[in-house]
Amino acid sequence: MDIIESVFVRNNLVMAFALIGATIWVSYFLADRLTGGRIHGSAIAISLGLIAAYWGGVTSGGNQGLADVALLGGIGVMGGGMMRDFAIVATAFGVHMHELKKAGLVGVISIFTGVIVSFMVGAAVAMLFGYSDPAAITTIGAGAVTYIVGPVTGEAIGASDTVITLSVAAGLVKSILVMVVTPLVAGFIGLNNPQSAMVFGGLMGTTSGVAAGLAATDPKLVPYGAMTATFYTGVGCLLGPSILFFIVSGLF
Amino acid sequence: MIIYGVALLSVCLLTGMLIGEGLGVLLNVDANVGGVGIAMLLLVLASNSDKFKSLTEGASGVGIKFWSAMYIPIVVAMAAKQNVAGATEGGLLALAAGVIAVAVSFALVPLISRLGNPEQEGD
Repeated sequence: MDIIESVFVRNNLVMAFALIGATIWVSYFLADRLTGGRIHGSAIAISLGLIAAYWGGVTSGGNQGLADVALLGGIGVMGGGMMRDFAIVATAFGVHMHELKKAGLVGVISIFTGVIVSFMVGAAVAMLFGYSDPAAITTIGAGAVTYIVGPVTGEAIGASDTVITLSVAAGLVKSILVMVVTPLVAGFIGLNNPQSAMVFGGLMGTTSGVAAGLAATDPKLVPYGAMTATFYTGVGCLLGPSILFFIVSGLF
Repeated sequence: MIIYGVALLSVCLLTGMLIGEGLGVLLNVDANVGGVGIAMLLLVLASNSDKFKSLTEGASGVGIKFWSAMYIPIVVAMAAKQNVAGATEGGLLALAAGVIAVAVSFALVPLISRLGNPEQEGD
């Protein structure tokens, strides 16, 4: 047993490649046989990943999903920010400049609309649940922007730890929901061309959610959505602790 | 050489990240502002330019395409390391805020896409 464990732990990234490869094989097989190709194989693979992450989080008590399980640390390296960003940038290879220019202005509009609308929703929900302190309302609103904007805003304006944790949870719900729901609603919202993908990325803004949601919808759209989404968190961190907090403070 | 493409990709990401961090400092924001997006723009510029042909064509291009193709597996691994258990512990407030924010944002996609449509038809 010791030999097996030391081989797998020492080679944890390689182990992750094998495990993810097997997961994707199973997912594409299921997509093909059970749904006749109606559900994209990668949508099933991402869902399996999320289920595994839930299991990993519950059994290990950590906050890194499956990556906190002893033998599966490599999943954390493979699915970490560095690899994710490297692969996202690579998807831009072959993208045409004119597609980007066409949606440039609409893309910018979508980023600001997305941040402000999500913030308003989060803030309204916080008020419905009885919060009346401007710092708490702002932080939960910022959490509905993304799970990074929530804590950045909360720490800047001095919200309590409980509220910051809630804001992270709201952002996580958003990110996971975007991953799962995007392929299901893509047809209804016209998400089938580079321009609408850029608008989608700007409105949703959660890089992980957009990255996975578009991958499961149509991999060709990934670079367009990811491009606008990566500006969203920055804009959120810019507006959250400043203008949005001032507005909320002024109202209460 | 495959490594030339991989190196170009790396330089794009590092440059984008540096600019993104710099923007964060300039704007006094504790985050990287669009680093990945800027890196993508740099790669698009490089792959559409004749000057960088030797780094983006043939075997060098294969080095970039490999990482592009690894994108979905990496996203699956990313899904597997999400704090799903944490998301369920936030209770009803976190759930309501997340779900409504997503629903409203989805509904806005066709509306804002339409803003760009007149341009598209004009082409």
